Amino acid sequence: MSNVGIVIVSHSPLVAEGTADMVRQMVGDEVPLAWCGGNGHGGLGTNVEAIMVAIDKAWSEAGVAILVDLGGAETNSEMAVEMIGEPRAQKIIVCNAPIVEGAVMAATEASGGASLREVVATAHELAPS
Amino acid sequence: MSIEAMSKVDLKALISAAADTIAAHAEELTTLDQAIGDGDHGLNMKRGFEAVRAEADAFAAKPLPDALKAIGTKLVMTVGGASGPLFGTLFMALGKEISSEPDRANLATAFGKAIEAVAARGKSQVGQKTMLDVLQPVHEALLQRRTGPEIVAAADNAANATVPMKALRGRASFLGDRSIGHMDAGARSTALLVRAVAETIEGHA
Repeated sequence: MSNVGIVIVSHSPLVAEGTADMVRQMVGDEVPLAWCGGNGHGGLGTNVEAIMVAIDKAWSEAGVAILVDLGGAETNSEMAVEMIGEPRAQKIIVCNAPIVEGAVMAATEASGGASLREVVATAHELAPS
Repeated sequence: MSIEAMSKVDLKALISAAADTIAAHAEELTTLDQAIGDGDHGLNMKRGFEAVRAEADAFAAKPLPDALKAIGTKLVMTVGGASGPLFGTLFMALGKEISSEPDRANLATAFGKAIEAVAARGKSQVGQKTMLDVLQPVHEALLQRRTGPEIVAAADNAANATVPMKALRGRASFLGDRSIGHMDAGARSTALLVRAVAETIEGHA
């Protein structure tokens, strides 16, 4: 698929999966989509390895936009991007946007074939100024 | 041997000392984190350092820079939370900058670069009630060629100095002024690690 992929990273697997459900229902299957949540040990948190797997799953040559919730999700996502390394890392962007609204808006934009830059810009418009 | 002769230090002994102190203080770290964070710091750090201890032989067989990078990667993958990438980055960056047989000057320079990497990873700076508030004074003590016990004291004092600070990064920052009056858990674990490393090196005298 050539559309930009969307990855949802929440501290809670329930929030991540629920957000992904909303994206699927509202946007459909035109966008590569993956989610992860939880610390990998049954608790709340985020996990670098799981984020790397999710990025692989949602990978698109057009790039991947990551939507995160609280700070640790952002730190872990940036770490995951760094560990994936170039050349793919330059096509992965962690968005500054509310996770649910950001994921739905980014996926809507992506489903129309928008570039990674356009998808991320759409999500960023939702960020509190 | 003193801290002047870092290069001869047994990495396995350092790993064991670090894992021991984190395990011994896991509950205390969790209690600190429960006050102003999400209460998982002790458990997370213990899991990470036990994972490093489990592979201590393999790490110790590598040249120091590679060993530190591998330890950092292991911490990133096992600690979890925001502490995983932060402590992992500290070790990974230290491994990138340190020489295989570091002298005091190289250690100080590498440590400084590692602190910059942690600050960039956490988008933070000194004075925001984080591990950086301990790392920075330790770096200064290294640059000033302080002794091991002086470095340990600098780290402990710096961790204590986070008590009256207002948290500006991480989960604790959500509490605003209510974060004042509690020690930062990451600052405490950093001070514990500094003590473990310094005392192990000094203990080989």
